[in-house]
Amino acid sequence: MSLEQAGVPSIAVHTHVFARLAQATARAAGMPRTRQVYVPQPLVDMTAPQLRGYIDGIDPINKRPFMQEVIEGLTKSLDDEDLKGLTFERNNPRLLAPDSEDNLQKLFLESNWTDHLPVILPTEERVAAMLKGTSQPPDKVVARLRPAAFREFWEMTVEKVAVNAVMAGCKPEYLPVVLALIATGQTARSSSTTSFAVIGVVNGPIRNEIGMSSGIGALGPFNHANATIGRAYNLASLNGQGGSVPGETYMGSMGNWYNYSSVFPEAEERSPWQPLHVQRGFKPTDSTVSAFFGGWYTNSGYGPRATWQEKFRHCLSAAEHHNPPMLVIDPIAARLFRDQGFDTKEKLIHWLAENAKLPAREYWDNQWIQTLVKPLAEAGVEPWATKLKAKPDELVTMFEEHDINIIVTGGETQGAWKLFGGSLRSKTTSVDDWR
Amino acid sequence: MAGLLTVHDPRGFAPKVTGKRLAARPQSLDGKTLYLVDCLFDNSEVFMDQLRRWFAEHLPAVNTKTIKPRESWVDDPGMRAKIEEDGDAAILGVGL
Repeated sequence: MSLEQAGVPSIAVHTHVFARLAQATARAAGMPRTRQVYVPQPLVDMTAPQLRGYIDGIDPINKRPFMQEVIEGLTKSLDDEDLKGLTFERNNPRLLAPDSEDNLQKLFLESNWTDHLPVILPTEERVAAMLKGTSQPPDKVVARLRPAAFREFWEMTVEKVAVNAVMAGCKPEYLPVVLALIATGQTARSSSTTSFAVIGVVNGPIRNEIGMSSGIGALGPFNHANATIGRAYNLASLNGQGGSVPGETYMGSMGNWYNYSSVFPEAEERSPWQPLHVQRGFKPTDSTVSAFFGGWYTNSGYGPRATWQEKFRHCLSAAEHHNPPMLVIDPIAARLFRDQGFDTKEKLIHWLAENAKLPAREYWDNQWIQTLVKPLAEAGVEPWATKLKAKPDELVTMFEEHDINIIVTGGETQGAWKLFGGSLRSKTTSVDDWR
Repeated sequence: MAGLLTVHDPRGFAPKVTGKRLAARPQSLDGKTLYLVDCLFDNSEVFMDQLRRWFAEHLPAVNTKTIKPRESWVDDPGMRAKIEEDGDAAILGVGL
C-alpha cells in the first residue's frame, strides 16, 4: 500500500485462506479497493509445476483467471471509489445499551469478546471496584497492541484493562499484574499462523501479596490469581488489539491451549538461583512480569539422572529453531543441578546453548529459519552468516545464550522440568509502576 | 429497566482510518518495468520465478525485475525507493 501511495500501481498475491484478513487489513489502512489476488493454499512444499498451475489457474476467491486478475489489477482504469479511499472513525461506546444478563452474555460471546467461556459481566460497579486496585488514572494509555506486524495498533487504557480483568474474574489486587503484562506491549493473542501463545512469569513480592502459587500445580488451574491473571491477559489482549477472530485477526492453524491462561510465579524462596527479574536488572524487592512469546512446544523430563545430558540434547534438537527454549524447573531438580556444579542459572544456560546443535542442513531447512533468518545470514549478519557457511553435516548451534531462560517453580512432589518454546522479546516490566 | 444491566464495552481504541487513493494505472504494461517482489515467505521465490517465466512467455514486452526485501515482514525503505525510482508497477507476494 506504501507503493500505491508513492504512485506505483501494485497488486498483492495471497493464498486464499488469507482473503478476509487481507481485505480487513486494506480497509483498516484506508485503501479498501487495494488490488488483491489469490492462489490456493498451500504454497509451502509445492513444486514449480504445481505453482505454475496456480498461475495458469483460477483465482479461488475472485473466481476469474488468476493472470487476468493480475493484469487488469495493474492496468484497468480507476473509478471514483478507487480514488477517494475510505475515511472513517471507529469510536466504540464506553458503555453498552442496558440489557438482561443472558442477552449480554450472548452479545459478548457472539461479538468474539471472550475466550468462549462465560465471563463476569463488567458492570459499572464491578469496574469501579476493580479500578481501586491501582492508583493510575482510568484514561491512562497502558500500551498499543496489534495482532501482527502488518496490522494497525489499537490502544488500551487502564479502564479498558480493568474491564477485561473483571470479565476474567480477577480481584482488584491482581490488577497491577494484568496492567504490567499489557504494558509489556506483547499481545498474548498473536495472529501468527504458527499459533503462538504468551507465557507470563511473575517475580517479586507481589506474588505472595496476592496469593499466587508457585507450589503444587503452579502451571495448572489450581490457584485463583494464577488462573484469572492469565485469562485477563488474554482477554485484554484480544479486545485491546481489535480482536482475535479466526480468519480475520487470528490465523493460527492449530490454535494453542496456552491462550486460555498461562501465567505463573517463580518460586524464588525455594530456588537455588537468582530470580528472573534480578537477572534482568531489577532489585529482589521489585515486582515484575516477563512475557515469553512462544508455546510452540512442550517437552519434559525428570532428574537430572545419569543420562540427563543426552535427554537435554534430544529435547533441544527437537525444539523449534525459531522459538528459543525457556526451561521451567521444579526446585528439587534445580537444587540437584546446582549440586552438579551449575551454581548459577547462567552456567546451565551456557551448557544448554553449547549443546543445542543440529547439522546445518537440518537447521537451514527449517521453515522459519529459511523465511526469517536466512535473508539476514545472506546479508552478512552474524551469527547466522557464519552458520550459513557450514557444510551440510557440520553441527551448528541453534540458540544464543541470551535467547535461553530458566525459571524455577513447582511443588517439589517430583524433580520435574519442562522445556517450553518461549522467547523474551519484550522487556521485563515493573508491576510496581501500575500499583 | 428493572433487571437490566449496564456494562462496559471491553474493546480498546481503534485508530482513525484515513482514506488513501490508489495510484493511476497505465493502459498497458508493454515497455514498462514490472517489479516482482518476493516477500521471502517459504517457497515464494519459486512462485515469483514462475510468474517471471509467465511474463517472458506471454507478455515479453514487459520488463520484469525480481527484488527482495532485506527481511521478512519488515519494511525495507531501500527496496521501496528502488521500485519507486525505476518501477512502473509491482506484484507483491506471497503472503501478508
